[in-house]
This record gives sequence, structure tokens and C-alpha cells, in this order.
Amino acid sequence: MKPIYVDNNATTRVAPEVLEEMLPYFSELYGNPSSMHSFGGNVARMIKESREKVAKLISAKPEEILFTACGTESDSTAIRAALISNPDRKHIITSRVEHPAIKNLFENLAKTGYRVTFVPVDSKGLLDLDYLYMHLDDDTAIVSIMWANNESGVIFPVEEIAQAVKAKGIVFHTDAVQAVGKVPVDMKKVQADMLSMSGHKIHAPKGIGALYIRKGTKFSPFLIGGHQESGRRGGTENVSSIIGLGKACEMALSDLDQMSTRIKKMRDKLENTLIKTVTNTMINGDREQRLPNTTSIGFEFVEGEAILLMMDEFGICASSGSACTSGSLEPSHVLRAMGVPFTAAHGSIRFSLSTYNTEDEIDFIIEKVPPIIKRLRELSPFWKNNKCE
Amino acid sequence: MWEYTEKVKDHFLNPRNVGVIENPDGVGEVGSLACGDALTLYFKLDEKGKIEDAKFQTFGCASAIASSSALTEMIKGLTLDEVSKITNEDIASYLGELPKEKMHCSVMGRDALEKAISHYRGEKEKKVEGEIVCECFGVTDIDIRRAVTENNLSTIEDVTDYVKAGGGCGKCHEKIQDIIDSVQSKDKPVKKKVIKLTNIQKIKLIEETLEREIKPALKKDGGNIELIDVDGNRIIVKMRGTCASCSKSQITLKHYVESKLRELVAPELIVEEVQQ
Repeated sequence: MKPIYVDNNATTRVAPEVLEEMLPYFSELYGNPSSMHSFGGNVARMIKESREKVAKLISAKPEEILFTACGTESDSTAIRAALISNPDRKHIITSRVEHPAIKNLFENLAKTGYRVTFVPVDSKGLLDLDYLYMHLDDDTAIVSIMWANNESGVIFPVEEIAQAVKAKGIVFHTDAVQAVGKVPVDMKKVQADMLSMSGHKIHAPKGIGALYIRKGTKFSPFLIGGHQESGRRGGTENVSSIIGLGKACEMALSDLDQMSTRIKKMRDKLENTLIKTVTNTMINGDREQRLPNTTSIGFEFVEGEAILLMMDEFGICASSGSACTSGSLEPSHVLRAMGVPFTAAHGSIRFSLSTYNTEDEIDFIIEKVPPIIKRLRELSPFWKNNKCE
Repeated sequence: MWEYTEKVKDHFLNPRNVGVIENPDGVGEVGSLACGDALTLYFKLDEKGKIEDAKFQTFGCASAIASSSALTEMIKGLTLDEVSKITNEDIASYLGELPKEKMHCSVMGRDALEKAISHYRGEKEKKVEGEIVCECFGVTDIDIRRAVTENNLSTIEDVTDYVKAGGGCGKCHEKIQDIIDSVQSKDKPVKKKVIKLTNIQKIKLIEETLEREIKPALKKDGGNIELIDVDGNRIIVKMRGTCASCSKSQITLKHYVESKLRELVAPELIVEEVQQ
């Protein structure tokens, strides 16, 4: 059975063009970029080109790009660097809906004596900006707010936030893992000091990420070792993956138009049809300020894991914010922060599309999902006479 | 992705005995929408007192649906005395096995069965005995004690997997650990009995101790103390009078006030001065 993969906010397939560019670096082009000989030097030159491609995607300068192993490493590096650079400041700010890479790091820092402000969101998942601005003070070391949310797809106004935070002389970082490649990211417009991105969300392989560090930002390395990455990250470069990330960024830039047109159109068709054909269904998150590829749909009175497993029987791959899928007992912190009612939170399914999805696949999902929900509702004690009791 | 056995998948994808029995002999409802799973179990007896028909409705994940389906198959044709011996382990083994994190699904089946039997026997729904330990999922100390005893559980994580307690905010972890410890040490000599105070009792006792013991002692030196707040085991106070400007006030706070409160109220208390 061919999978119908609509879980692209979790990870994406490596583009064949990306893989092709990477392959020589696993075999004949194995030189160490730090070597003096031209065999290694040629590899260093390719890394330089790759860095330029990554920079171009986000309108940055190549020297502002640091290659890391993943989005999580980029986040940890950024936050720790800001704290080390501002040793007297003991207050840090983030949102209540961050990815665990930030959320758990901040919770951890709270235990080591930092005062943490978690900025709330409203029922549409939009950030309470007044709350954020109110809590900026002389003790604030860093503000880290994600560019776009992985579950709801809701986009935060990072340009405005960066401006307000910078005006107070506070370091601003944004986790843009879900935004890069889906919406325009322009570091000339957005005054963030640091930005995290990840390769495997944009058709590069897993195990490669990047951190943008604005020129002039105080920095302190997370991995201490050799002089690689201009002394900002020790460790021999993951050459093939860096080459892959460069190619993926190049492709993402040229495919960006597709996101706001073809892919958005498929996403809209999927969600509009599902909320029309399935009663007692709601969209989680603001429908305007949102990534073009993502929809989070709450099917009331059914449970997410059951939906996922029934979709799995047809090869449909999606994800859920329900409790049971994660092994925890409560729905995701994002849905809870938005105050999504329990009736819908447990039955929330996220579909996230990529350039590889087709109209036919969307039609197939539209055909298969409504009977699944109907079947599960017939099993449910809360569902009587085709409506809730 | 969970590792479900073929039998779990089969009972999930092709659940047996779904539905409602009109005029049932016994009905048991457990769980809620908020908790993420719920089960209503129905049965009807034949003239010999054996379960002639059983049906269920379940809201929940694959293992919750499979456990309910399995349960209805297991109890058909049995007498109530026989079914009352069914444990959550029996339901899990009927399905091959359940992932550890999903054992609460089998517990939910057992609970629904017990409720349905009491319903038939006309027993008044048992009032929630004991004290709610886990506020997030409404689990009492009795539920936890039973799960620990019957399934030989040894960690808080185990308890969460079986009865959900401790799976929310985590505030009750200490109490759960106390229950596990007390079950495990049941055969050993009884520990010194510590009287657990409720919040109100604790605050009252703190106030009394301050008034009766601590304030008079401080006043002798021209000082005083004011209770600002009690947050769990943290007692927030403000030093007044000469104490407020005394360079040794921290020593007074820790060595006298805190140790007095620990002695007379509870040994785990921490006294802190309010932040200026």
C-alpha cells in the first residue's frame, strides 16, 4: 500500500534531487573540509556554496548561518548563548505553545533559578502581545517566540515582536522550524537576533539544522571543540547533510510560490470539505494567520488515536494532538493553551501537506475520513441519534 | 506508534457487541469526555442467571475499544459470581497483551463491569470513599491502593499507566509515592504514623503556632512577624519591628521560626521572607 503522507510538519521525504547531490559525499568526495590538501578543500568550497543557499532562502548573509545537527540543537545553542552573554539577567520569556525543544528547555531553566514568563494565546491560538510587552523588563535576558506553530499552523507576528523586543535592548530568538520553506522568511525585515531552522522539515535529511545568528550578536558556542564553523561549533562537519540542506533550501525558495497557491488550495479543499461533510467538527486555530499547508481539525466525541489507526488502514499518515497518541494522558499543551474544549481536543487531527501531495490524494482522504468518524461515533456513548447528548 | 497485538487490532477494527441493550439487567458507566475515555457496559441475564447478552459503547483509543469488546466476549455465558472474579489482567491477557501505558484501558473495563454488577444487585452506587489524590483524573487513594496491590506496582509511572493518577499536573506524585510505600511496607513494622494535615488545618496550625509560640518570643526583643502566605510547604512571612532591621534576622528566621514550625506543625515546612 502506498502511503498517503499528510504529516509533513512531523517530517518530510528527502527530495530525490537532494539525495542525488548528497550521494558523492558518502563515497568518492570524502575529504575533510578542514584539510590543507585540495581534496578536502574542494569539499570546504561546496560547504561554502551550501551556506550561501541557506542564507539566500532567508535573506541573510552566509556568515550568519551556523550548521547544527537539528532544530533542537539550534534552539538550545541560541538560548544558552543569550544567557551566557547576559549573565546578570535572570528573566526569560517564551510562549505557552512552543515546541518541546523550547518549552522543556525553559521549564528546565526555571528549575535552575530563572524566572520564566509563558505568554498565553487566545482561543484562536493568537499570541497575547500586550501580555508579552508588559513583561519585558531590565532583567529579561531573551525572548524566544516561535514563528509558526507546528500543531495549529498559526503564525505569530514575529516582525512586530522582534521590533518591540529589540527596542528594549533584549535578545530575540525565533524557532522558525515550521515557517522556513512554507512562508517567506526575510531576515532583512525581521530584526530577530537568532533563528532556528531544521532540514528534515524541508525535504533535506534528518540530522541537519541551522541557526541564523545576526552579525554583531554576542555568541558563545554550545559544542566546544575544533575551529569548525568559524569556531562557533566544534566537530567535523556533517558534509553530505550540509550539501543536502543547501539543495533543499534552493528548492524551497523556488517552490515557495506553490505553498501559497497549489498546496494552500489543496489544504483548503481538504478542510472545507471535511467540516462540511462531518458534523460537530471545528478548525483549531486562526484560519487567516496560518501556514498554508496545515490544518488541525477537531472531530468532536471521538478519540484521535482511534481515528489515526483507522486512517492507517488506508495508508493515510497524519497526526493527532490527543492524549493517547503521545502516551501522556492529556491533550497536547498547544490545544490546552488555546482552550480547545475537551470534546474536540481528544479528537484533533493534524493534516500537513507538502509539494508531493496530489489532488487525488486529497480526494481519497475526503472520501475515507467521514465514514471513519461516523463509525467511531456509533461506538461512542456520547453520541446518540446522530448528535451529542 | 503503539505495539498492539493482532488481537487488539482485530477487536478495535471489528469490535464485537457494540450497542445498547434496552431494559438491561445491569449497566455500568465509567470515564468521561474530559478524561479522554469512557465506557458504558450493558448486560442481560437468562433465567439461569447467566449473562445472555452483553453490549458496550466506548469513547477512546484503540486499546479502550478493544478492551471493551474483549470484555463483552469474556463475560457472555458466565454467572455473575464468575464474572466478578475477572481482573484487569484477565482482560489484558485475553488480548495477548496491552502496552504498559495502556493498562488503564483494561482497568476501565473491570471498573465498568463492577459497576454493572452492583447496579444489578441494587447496591447503591458506592459513594466515593477515601480521599481524591489525583485531582486531574479524580482518582482516590483507594483506587490507587487497589491498583498497586493487585498489579504489584512499584513506581508512580506504573500507577499512572494503570489508573491515570499522576498523569496530569503531577502535584499528587508525593502522595502516590506514599501510598506505594505504605503498600510495600505493609508486612514490615508500621512506620511512625504521620498525621497528614489538610491545607486548612495546616494554615490554622501555622497561625496558632505563630501567635502562641513565636510572636511572644520575638516581641521580647522588640520584634514581630507577620504571616503573608502559605504556598504548599513554603511559608512566606514578613519580619517586623526590630527584626526587620536586624542583621541576624535570617538566622532567627531559619533557626528559630522554621525549626519551631517544623517541630509543631510539619517537618517539611520551609520558611521564607517575602521578597521586597
